Formats: sequence, structure tokens, C-alpha cells
Amino acid sequence: MKLPEPLKGAQPLSVPVSNKGVTAVDDTALLLARIQFAFTVSFHFIFPAFSIGLASYLAVLEGLWLKTGQDKYLNLFKYWLKIFAIAFAMGVVSGIVMSYQFGTNWSVFSDKAGPVIGPLMAYEVLTAFFLEAGFLGVMLFGMNRVGKGLHFTATLMVALGTFISAFWILSVNSWMQTPVGWAMNDVGQFVPAAGWWDIVFNPSFPYRLVHTVIAAYLTTALVVGGVGAWHLLKGHKTDETKTMFSMAMWMAALVAPVQIFVGDLHGLNTLEHQPVKVMAMEGHYQSHPDGAPLILFGLPDDEAETVRAAIEIPKLSSLILKHDLNAPLAGLDTVAKQDRPPVPVVFWSFRIMVGLGFLMLALGLFSLVARAAKRLHDWRPLHRFALLMGPSGFVAVIAGWVTTEVGRQPWVIYNLLRTKDAVAPIDAPAVATSLAAFVIVYFAVFGIGTLYILKLMGHAPHPGETPPASAPIRTAGITPSPAMEKNGADPRPDTSEEAK
Amino acid sequence: MDLTVIWAFVIAVAVAMYVLMDGFDLGIGILFPGFKVGKERDQAMNAIAPVWDGNETWLVLGGGGLLAAFPLAYAIVLPALYAPLIAMLLGLIFRGVAFEFRWRDPNHRRAWDGAFCIGSLVATFAQGITLGALLQGITVEGRAYAGGWWEWLSGFSLLTGAALVIGYALLGSTWLIWKTEGELQADARRYARICYPGLLLAFGAVSLATPFLEGQYYQRWFEYPGLLVTIPMPLIVLVAALFGWRSLSGAKDQMPFVWTLALFLLAMIGLGISIWPDVIPGRVTIWEAAAPEKSQLFMLVGAAVLVPVILIYTAWSYWVFRGKVGEEGYH
Repeated sequence: MKLPEPLKGAQPLSVPVSNKGVTAVDDTALLLARIQFAFTVSFHFIFPAFSIGLASYLAVLEGLWLKTGQDKYLNLFKYWLKIFAIAFAMGVVSGIVMSYQFGTNWSVFSDKAGPVIGPLMAYEVLTAFFLEAGFLGVMLFGMNRVGKGLHFTATLMVALGTFISAFWILSVNSWMQTPVGWAMNDVGQFVPAAGWWDIVFNPSFPYRLVHTVIAAYLTTALVVGGVGAWHLLKGHKTDETKTMFSMAMWMAALVAPVQIFVGDLHGLNTLEHQPVKVMAMEGHYQSHPDGAPLILFGLPDDEAETVRAAIEIPKLSSLILKHDLNAPLAGLDTVAKQDRPPVPVVFWSFRIMVGLGFLMLALGLFSLVARAAKRLHDWRPLHRFALLMGPSGFVAVIAGWVTTEVGRQPWVIYNLLRTKDAVAPIDAPAVATSLAAFVIVYFAVFGIGTLYILKLMGHAPHPGETPPASAPIRTAGITPSPAMEKNGADPRPDTSEEAK
Repeated sequence: MDLTVIWAFVIAVAVAMYVLMDGFDLGIGILFPGFKVGKERDQAMNAIAPVWDGNETWLVLGGGGLLAAFPLAYAIVLPALYAPLIAMLLGLIFRGVAFEFRWRDPNHRRAWDGAFCIGSLVATFAQGITLGALLQGITVEGRAYAGGWWEWLSGFSLLTGAALVIGYALLGSTWLIWKTEGELQADARRYARICYPGLLLAFGAVSLATPFLEGQYYQRWFEYPGLLVTIPMPLIVLVAALFGWRSLSGAKDQMPFVWTLALFLLAMIGLGISIWPDVIPGRVTIWEAAAPEKSQLFMLVGAAVLVPVILIYTAWSYWVFRGKVGEEGYH
């Protein structure tokens, strides 16, 4: 093997950070690296969006069981715990990919931003990942090994861990959107200059955190509501299905309006700190000195710098964004072309998110009417609507992330570091190969995992529901039999001992 | 005390924790096809199901800690090891989901058992290659990796890959000797006896090859004062190996695992002696790659409080699942 000469002293490390001149990073390699990041992070976020909400829901169910002693809560807890176990495992393995991809594909970004964002991510590992992982085993398999109180504590710790994880990673993301408290050292690294709490609580962070966590709760509520609705439509009107449907509809009714309100605040915050992103969301190519219209729908055209076939309401955008019909709003014509995001993507993903948000609000209101009419559990149009809305949270969450991430392009650290200057010096064939591998493995493995989750959801929760541990412990025990080995989702009443 | 030295130590500990703890998980995965379908495989899986996720988290701490405390090293090493790292991540995906999936789909349980084994094997081999590639040296220009995407591939890195596969298999089999009984334990004992000489051979080969990779290693080991360590080191390893081998037939089921841990620790100390004080061997020292003091200090405050807490609740969760696997449940 040929060994390169040690470079210490020969070539100083103090040259400014750059991927230029190392290897020419061509456009294809850059594009592939961006697609790979977008693909892996979008796929990954589906799982935390679900497990953040579901962990809290499980804690509520177990708490209610401990408080009331009613079996339906325990059955629901065990039912959703099995689903949680699968979703959480998929979240963990797809999350490790993210923590390494910063280095494998965005090494210049890592070198430059590491001193600021690295410590926040290290805190995520120390305060969240270990907490989740450390208590997950007891939560999943420990029901018969520790007392009820201790088991409930484990569930609470896992739920708390999912929230803390969101806290840190959203702080990192927000700092990249609204960087503050930094200075640049002589090799071009961003280094902390202000106090750490200024960096952690950067200007967009509180809004992004609240908006994202509520989104996770809403997503989970819609899934639980969809599953409840499915079983009610199928005629499984048990205590369990009625309870979970009712709980989910309360969440939709109460949280959807809050989310719309918080989303509006987040948007105003974006207008203050990232006005160009809002221009793209609104499709405002031109400046409007006396009141900008709200473009409901249309086809943005970046080349022609116009929104074709636009349906617009005069002056409404100024009213929403500035609370004044005649307030002037600057458009993309004030921004250099190379500093603009691709408008059609941002424009449409934003509308998908907002549209679904209002449908969620409608579902919540519908459920309130049904509740008032005492028809919550037998009004089929409501159940059909809830079933349809079951996966809508995931779509809205991904659309929201597309809006905010594509909307901040071409910057990876807003106004400071361009995405194209942050990429690792990896050749296009290497990135193409890894991207192909990720696409195949993710669709195969996570697709199958999703099928398993749907299979579990297809069975109605029933009395004597078993926890995830039941399958392993049962087969490892003294009386393994083919019938008992089937799986934990077996809808038949379970007669094995630990199901008591 | 120098913060950079402290952080080098913290990351070394995180990597060591990962190797020792996920090592036995991955080792059981590697040996999985050697266990009988049904009860044996289920027991082997249950011996790690409650703890594997926590074990794997040390890998994230190692990576995240490197980014935070030594961003330059993170930025050079990860692109340099692109192919093996991507392979490792994909392997860990199959390994991780298999824990849940095999229970959800009895008709395809054999397929997920296969995925569990291949995922573990690929992840382990890739980790071993990573070690070898780092030791043999990577091409650095300025502040970036400047080699091709096959630079990691060499006879030496394949050797370290194979050595780690054997090493993890030994960790896995000795863990099972501790945690199981009956037929599975007998199988584990048999595999441990096969892995044992294999590991010593592999360790020996890697140890002999390493000093000839680069000037620095040779000086470390074969010139005074390094010789003071070089001469007793093989003796210490041999003594530990002898005790370990004897413990395989002993009455105390935990001892084979403990001795394997000791062997791994000795190997890691040897590695530390070889590469200190570099973070990228022969290229970048820990001080050259260090994040500013302000970043390192902010993290250290947290780590000093949180790592002991993490160790306590991790130990607790091992305690909850103590004892032989086959006896659990049915209270």
C-alpha cells in the first residue's frame, strides 16, 4: 500500500476552510448530496413526528390507568406500545444515518459550524438519546419486572427524551436559519461569541420548537383518530376504540386551532428574519408599495418571474403579514437572482401544509358538533373523514419542512454560508451509489415496517392486550407453542399468563 | 488541565464503551445463524433486546462528540471513510429493525434473522475497516480529505475488519455464556472456543503489522522509552488470554465475558499508545483539530454531570434484566 507523506508542517491547517481547490466539487455531486440529505431526513422525520406524540400519548394512557384502574387504558397502552416499538426502532436507525451524514456529505459545513452546533448536538445525545434508550428497554419489556410506579417513570422518561431531542435538534436547525452569537476565527470557522443561551434560544427557535412539537402531537392524534375511526366503521365499538377515538378528536379540536395560531406567529417571525422565504411562500415576485395581494393559488414561474393563472385577493397578504391593508411588501425583485429560493416548491408545499391544517381544524369542529349531538361514536361521515385525515399529519409535517428548508436556500447557514460551499469533496459516483442504496433500503425496510404497523392497527385493541415483550418472553419460556408464537397482534383473547 | 486532552479522553471512553457494549450485540448477530431456529435464537435475541439501543447510543456520542470537540477531525475522517461508513449505517439499519420485525412477521422470521446477521456482520466489518484505514493514514490537503473513495481499501484494513468480526463474535458468545443456560450456552461455549485462538491470531497480526505502517508507530514501540511498554505488553495479553481461555471451562459464567473485556481494553490501550496525541494518525493532532475552548467548556459542564447519571440509569436497566434469560417472565 502506498502511504502519503505526513502533512504536518508541510501544509498548514490554517488555510481557510473551503471545498474549492481540494477536488472540484461538480454540480452533479452537489445535487446528489442534496437529494440524499433531503431524502434521508424526510424519511427519518416521519418517525420522530409520530414517536414524539405517541410517547406522550402512552404516558397519558398509563397515567390514566394508574389513576383510574380501568382496564381499557391498559389495553390501549399495550396496543399502542407495540406500534411505538416499531416506529421508534425505525426512528433510531434512520437517525444515526443523519448524525453521520453531516460529516460524510457536508464536511465543510461540519468543520465551519461544528464549534457552534456540535455542542448542541452533543447535548442532544447526552440529555435525550441516552434517556430514551436507557428507559426504552424497561418501558417495552419491563412491565413484569419492575413496579407500576417505576414502569410509569420509565414511560415518562422516554416521552421526556423525545421532547428534549426535539428541543436540541430544532435549536441547531433554527441557528442555521437565524444565526446569532457567532464570530469567525482566522480559519473561517463559526465560533461562539455570545453567551450559549443566546445561541440556543436564537430568534426563530421558540416558534419553530412549539410549531414542530404541536405538529407531532397533532400528527399522532390524527393517526390514533384514524385507527379509532376505522374500527368504529368496522363495527368494533368497544370501550377501547371509543376511548381512543374520543381522545384523538379532543386533541384535534383543541390543538388544531392552537397550531394555526402558532403557525401564524412563526410566519411573522420568518417575515422578520427571513423575508425572502416569505416572498417565495407568497409568490411575490414583484414588490407591492401599497398593499400586497394574497395569492391563493397559481403557477409560479421563476423564469418569467410571475405567478400564472393566479387567483388572488387584493391587499390580504399585507393585512395578514403586516396587519394593515396598505402596508408595502417587498418582492423578490429586490433580491439578487442567485440569492432566491426556487419559488414553485416553496409556494406549493406551503399551501399543502396550510390547506391540511384547515382540514384538521374542520375535523376538530366536526367532532365537537358530533359530540354535542351525542353521535361521536356512530356518525359515519365523521369516521370516514377522520380515517381520511389519518395520514394527513405526516404530509403536513413534511410539507412544512420542505417550505422552511427549501425556502432558506441557497443558504445552509442563512446569509452566511451557501449550500454549494458546504458540501464534502466526494465524487458524484460515490454519492450516486450511496443515494441508490439509501433509496432501496429505506423503501424496502421502512416500507415493510410501515406494513407491520398497519397490520397491528388493522386489529382492534382488545381486552387482554399483550405488551411487545409477550412475543419474545413467551417463546423463550417454558411453553412455546405454534399458536402462541404467531404474534402479539393476534386479535384472539390471549390466554398466556403474562397477559393478565 | 487541558480541555482538549479531557475531550480526547471522553471521546476515547465513548468509543470504548461502544465497542465493548454494542460489540456483544453485534457479535450475537454475527453468530446468529449458528443458533438453532426457534427457542435458541429467541433466547439469544432476548439476551440483548432490552439493552441494544442504549449500547448503540455510545456510537452517536462518539460521532457527535467528535463533531463538537474536534470538528476538523470529523470533517476529514468521515468523507475519507465514506464507503465503509455508509455500509456500516446500512448494516445497523437491518440489525436494528430486525429486533422488532422478526416478532411481527412469523412467516418471514428466518428472513429477518438473516438480515440481523448480515447487518451485524457488515456493520462490524466496516467498523474494523474504519480502524485500519485510520491507522494506515489518510490523504489530507489543507483542511479536507483529498484521497479517492477507495483509499480505505487495503490488505491491512481488511485484516482489521476481519479481526473485529472475530473479536465481536467472541464478545457475543461470552455474553451468551453469562446470560443463558442449557443448549444455547453450550453452543456459545463452543463458538467462544473457536473464536478465541482466532482473535489472538488476528490481534497478533494487527499488532505486528501496525508498527511498520508509519514511522511514528515504529518509534513508539521499538525505541526507548516505548520499549518499556512493548516488552511486557505481549506478556500481559498472553496472561489475560490464558485466564480467559481457562474461564471458558470454569464454573463462573460471567468470567469469560470479563476476560474478553480485558483483552479488548488492552488492545485499545495499545491503540492509544500508537496514535497519541493525534486524532487523525500521522496527520492532525488533537490540538490542531480542537474546537474553541468556549465550545469544549460548555459541553464539559454538561458531560461532567450527565455522563455519571447516564451510567447510573444504564446500570439500573441492566440490573432490571439481570439473570439468565430463559428464567425471566412468569412471575
